Amino acid sequence: MKISYNFAFFDEGSKREIRRAALKAVAIPGYQVPFASREMPIARGWGTGGLQLTLSLIGKDDVIKVIDQGSDESVNAVNIKKLIKKTTGVEQTEKTSKASIIQSRHRIPEVPLNEEQILVLQVPIPEPLRLVEPSEYKTKRLHAENDYSGAWLMLFEQIMKYGSMSTGADHPVLVYGRYVMAPSPIPRFDNPKLTCSKALILLGAGREKKIYAVPPYTEVVSLAFDDYPFRVESFENKKCRICGATEVFMDEIIDEKTGMASYQCNDTSYCLKKLNNSADNQGGDISERI
Amino acid sequence: MKGFEKPVLEIKNLNKQFGKGCSDCCDINEKKLEKNYCPECGTVYACQDISFELYGGEILGVVGESGSGKSTMMKCLYFDQEVTKGEGYLSSYKDGLMNIFNESSQQKRYIRNHVLGKVYQNPMLGLKMNFSSIGNIAQKLIAAGYRSVRDMESRGIDLLNHVNIPVFRMKEPPKNFSGGMQQRVQIAKALSNNPPVLLLDEVTTGLDLSVQANVLDLIKKIQRELGISMIVVSHDLAVIRMLANRTIVMLDGRIIEKGLTDQILEDPQHPYTQQLVHSLLV
Repeated sequence: MKISYNFAFFDEGSKREIRRAALKAVAIPGYQVPFASREMPIARGWGTGGLQLTLSLIGKDDVIKVIDQGSDESVNAVNIKKLIKKTTGVEQTEKTSKASIIQSRHRIPEVPLNEEQILVLQVPIPEPLRLVEPSEYKTKRLHAENDYSGAWLMLFEQIMKYGSMSTGADHPVLVYGRYVMAPSPIPRFDNPKLTCSKALILLGAGREKKIYAVPPYTEVVSLAFDDYPFRVESFENKKCRICGATEVFMDEIIDEKTGMASYQCNDTSYCLKKLNNSADNQGGDISERI
Repeated sequence: MKGFEKPVLEIKNLNKQFGKGCSDCCDINEKKLEKNYCPECGTVYACQDISFELYGGEILGVVGESGSGKSTMMKCLYFDQEVTKGEGYLSSYKDGLMNIFNESSQQKRYIRNHVLGKVYQNPMLGLKMNFSSIGNIAQKLIAAGYRSVRDMESRGIDLLNHVNIPVFRMKEPPKNFSGGMQQRVQIAKALSNNPPVLLLDEVTTGLDLSVQANVLDLIKKIQRELGISMIVVSHDLAVIRMLANRTIVMLDGRIIEKGLTDQILEDPQHPYTQQLVHSLLV
């Protein structure tokens, strides 16, 4: 049986409506715009928010890159790529610099983005006040009245418990001096990449039916106290065991036999690119190092 | 000429109704409903033309039976509910020149965070039960603009000491505490931003007598030491007698009597107040 899809899966009216919500999100940086999240052929919570944004924006000339926790080859990334390929036929790439739309879960690529690119982040919980205030009605009101004491309280509690801010990911940020935003579960390491980003950053939460955005060159500040400044994860004196990169976000690998920890780049395409470059320069065989 | 003291809080003709009203009850001044609800349309007139002044360092008692409109009035004063009409002036907010009920929701939140403190009857409404006690205090401080953890911690410890909560328990959530301790944490939270006006809504209801006495002593002590003006709502005249300098008596959403607490207790004029005072003596 041959199944034919409309270009980019959705009908044109749906795409237009999602784009309209995205435009509003760009106009009000950090503000969560409600939208009618569609049923998708993947489960809610598996990146439907990001996928809807991608499909509403994509054109025939676009080049798409999908990453999941830094990897181009994870199951989630591959499935999303397959769906996009099947319904649009656009070119796919693993190279960050070549992509015009990058859909990502949990990471902002290591390679700096440019003005021609759009980064789409998948968001599980878009509301930064949710853990303090379960009521949507009340959180909307707190945003309207600029009362973010709840977001700060979460950080204060972490300091009281652990002696420092312990948000592993999704550290709340203040966008353009007005709205506090959940930057999706990106590590703290990626928070500074949000501020004055050259690329448009769109965030979509399918299950929670929200779209929000960080327009290019917008100031984004991670929340922190005067005496407990914001700090990113430190990889000082550590380098990638494959490509030798430093000052990038790395995964810690524990050798089961020896118990020794080693590190490797979390962004697989960055690691591969660096490896290829060094192999070209040195004329060696990269398979020996992987 | 000797000037008059300016009240810290002045309320004029505060009205709160639930329901739209009908031709039978809309003009309540002319129709004079027997009760505070309309039997035709079911509209409840919870507060009707409430006016009073609260002066610096004073404790004003509000007493009345259940359903008399005491708590609704307190909710309106703390902006938990919108007033239907009325005026309110706080001397510490824009020199008492602006009607606080007409302010924007952002400004009302500013008033809540900077000028008012409230202790609820139910600690669940005033505290985040899963967060630490010092975190609960810190939230109010953060809302008031504090951004130093050390400053908030030391202020929190001071306040917990003040309300007799052992400092070694400051990181415990209020859900681990007894009812009396929860009320004391609420009081500490309400006091954290040094509010000139503190609203206490039935703070001793549901507590046993010895704990009640502790909380009442604490309120007295705070008033004496910090000179904060307070409005204390209670259906218990004994509480009002112990705390309040002046008292207003409410029935069916209206103030039926007001005056010095001693005067109200010794020489009640309204039949309902007489009944209330009599019940205290029995």
